[in-house]
Amino acid sequence: MLHYILRRILTMIPTLLIISMLVFVIIQLPPGDYLESHIAELQSQGESVDEQKIQFLREQYGLDKPMLQQYWYWLIGMLQGDFGYSFEYDLPVTEVVGDRLFLTVLISIATILFTWAVAFPIGIYSATHQYSWGDYGLSTLGFLGLATPNFLLALVMLYLANVYFGTSIGGLMDPEYIDAPWSLDKVLSILEHLWIPVVVIGTSGTAGMIRRLRANLLDELQKQYVTTGRAKGLPPGKLLRKYPLRVALNFFVADIGNLLPTVISGAEIVAVVMSLPTTGPILLSALQSQDMYLAGSFLMFLALLTVFGVLVSDILLALLDPRIRLGGSANK
Amino acid sequence: MSGDHFVSREPFDPHSIEALTPAQEKYYLASQWKLMWWKLKRHRLAVICGVILALNYATIMVSEVIAPYNLHTRNTDFVYSPPQSVHLFHEGEFIGPFVYGRGYELDMELLKRNYPENRDEVQPLRFFCQGDPYRFWGLFEARFHLVCPPENGTFFLLGTDRLGRDMFSRITYGARISLTIGLVGIMISFFFGIVIGGLAGYYGGWVDASVQRLIEVIRSFPELPLWMALSAVLPVNWSPIFIFFGITVILAMLDWTGLARAVRSKLLSLREEDYCAAAELMGAKPGRIIGRHLLPGFMSHLIASATLSVPAMILGETALSFLGLGLRPPVTSWGVLLNEAQNINVVALYPWLLYPVVPVVLVILTFNFFGDGLRDAADPYK
Repeated sequence: MLHYILRRILTMIPTLLIISMLVFVIIQLPPGDYLESHIAELQSQGESVDEQKIQFLREQYGLDKPMLQQYWYWLIGMLQGDFGYSFEYDLPVTEVVGDRLFLTVLISIATILFTWAVAFPIGIYSATHQYSWGDYGLSTLGFLGLATPNFLLALVMLYLANVYFGTSIGGLMDPEYIDAPWSLDKVLSILEHLWIPVVVIGTSGTAGMIRRLRANLLDELQKQYVTTGRAKGLPPGKLLRKYPLRVALNFFVADIGNLLPTVISGAEIVAVVMSLPTTGPILLSALQSQDMYLAGSFLMFLALLTVFGVLVSDILLALLDPRIRLGGSANK
Repeated sequence: MSGDHFVSREPFDPHSIEALTPAQEKYYLASQWKLMWWKLKRHRLAVICGVILALNYATIMVSEVIAPYNLHTRNTDFVYSPPQSVHLFHEGEFIGPFVYGRGYELDMELLKRNYPENRDEVQPLRFFCQGDPYRFWGLFEARFHLVCPPENGTFFLLGTDRLGRDMFSRITYGARISLTIGLVGIMISFFFGIVIGGLAGYYGGWVDASVQRLIEVIRSFPELPLWMALSAVLPVNWSPIFIFFGITVILAMLDWTGLARAVRSKLLSLREEDYCAAAELMGAKPGRIIGRHLLPGFMSHLIASATLSVPAMILGETALSFLGLGLRPPVTSWGVLLNEAQNINVVALYPWLLYPVVPVVLVILTFNFFGDGLRDAADPYK
């Protein structure tokens, strides 16, 4: 088991390296370096440019060095917890990111839990009652959920809440807690607001999961061991609970790899629409103003989040499924 | 030896005992595409969705004629005008499709323009008429429209935006961009998928290993943030048409992975088949073996799964344009239209700005159903 986990962590390293290269290339794509555009912007606004600070930053981040060396500095810096400097906020990136990353993680985990809680019973019902009215109804609903982009759903919900309840459902906590230090009340306030974005982000993922779970369980139900069990007179409920459901459970954990990128993508754009204090709005503004260090760090964080989530799901899967634990590879 | 056991000296013809009925014969001799078509026809919902999609794509051929106004016509007297409803009866008397004229007043409390209906003024719509001038596909000037606003009147079926431009016309024009970007994108991603997946599957070894690794990395990345980053990089001074292709390529760049995987796994198993070895022995080059002998075997399946990823592309473009990172005006897509609805305060006052949501959801939904049916039909084992 330990061996498996170790090997799994080792394979993460090249993945993360490739991702970091991709991100670095994206950071470098806009013409000129950020300091140049930053200086130009400052001058156009008639502000003075602190030569010393610019010089310091240029050396700190090796902007005068060749590309490969810059990448190296960036990578080493990240490993040491230095994610670069945000020119828009005039702060180190880590300070800009602050709680936002934590809230993104919180929302993502809550969304996945929501997805499971909804998809599990519905998926089982649909599979065991294939082609019944309930199955058709739920499938149609699922298709609708899949087809409705979550940012549009967020917009429509914001509008409806505004019209029928006269309130704004944007934000993630009551206004008085926004800059307040963490306290029990703040946590409660966040929990109170959390469910709306979670439902909005979760719909399409849930719909997809129901469809996949249904297909998976249907495959399982057609296998011979189920027929044998039924022929031997096992009651249907017990038969379902004891065998196919447990196999389908594995799939549930394994599917995090599919779910997580969708959830994080959704969380970003829904956060922009509902003005949640997560990474979404900052990522957008960083990209618009080409504050590339900040954007790059966010991309890196999000990728890290996904890769790490998949790692956790693989380890869980290995715990659940002896075939993977002993057979070695988790390749699907 | 008993001599009464009779064996005919005639050559045995197996068809003589299991003669095929004409219907069976037709079925067994049908080409792959014909079989697919028969199976698809049985799938009612998929056919209906296919028809709706075909209609949608037909409208983009003649957007200019269907839209009552030009894409850029500004009705400065009717900024943020709410939708006008079409009536048939005026005071119990049948008139045909008409709208009521409208006045104008300013609500000083909400700082909102109101356009109250004037019930006395009956303005019949004109059909097959000369209206706003446009350049048909940018080729020649014309003025012919299916429906025109009444003389000296207005016809805003879905209201107007902040510059007084007719939303219905803009949605009709927007379909042209939104619907084509999915198709162009899928073609690019299809190309990438087949070439890269084909190479990986045919050669195996380290080519396969590195392609697999790359696909894994791309798939593990949250799509939207990466799309956002890439489109933010597109130079501001590019012309709209370049941006259009830039965005398409960006959308395709993350989408080919699924297709490449399907091609690879099929090729890995098919290249071991005897007919492939035969082709190789006769001196066919890898390109010919892949393109002529291997790919046609599962082309139908590939096309069906490509259909299923068109909606993802349409959604991606809509999301990017909605955030202001995608297409830029004057290019108009549904996402660009929704960009105006980003602010909830605006939406609360002028909810008709949300109308482009409807065609987006409709198209995505029909594409999903149609693609599902197509995939089932392309699967020979079902």
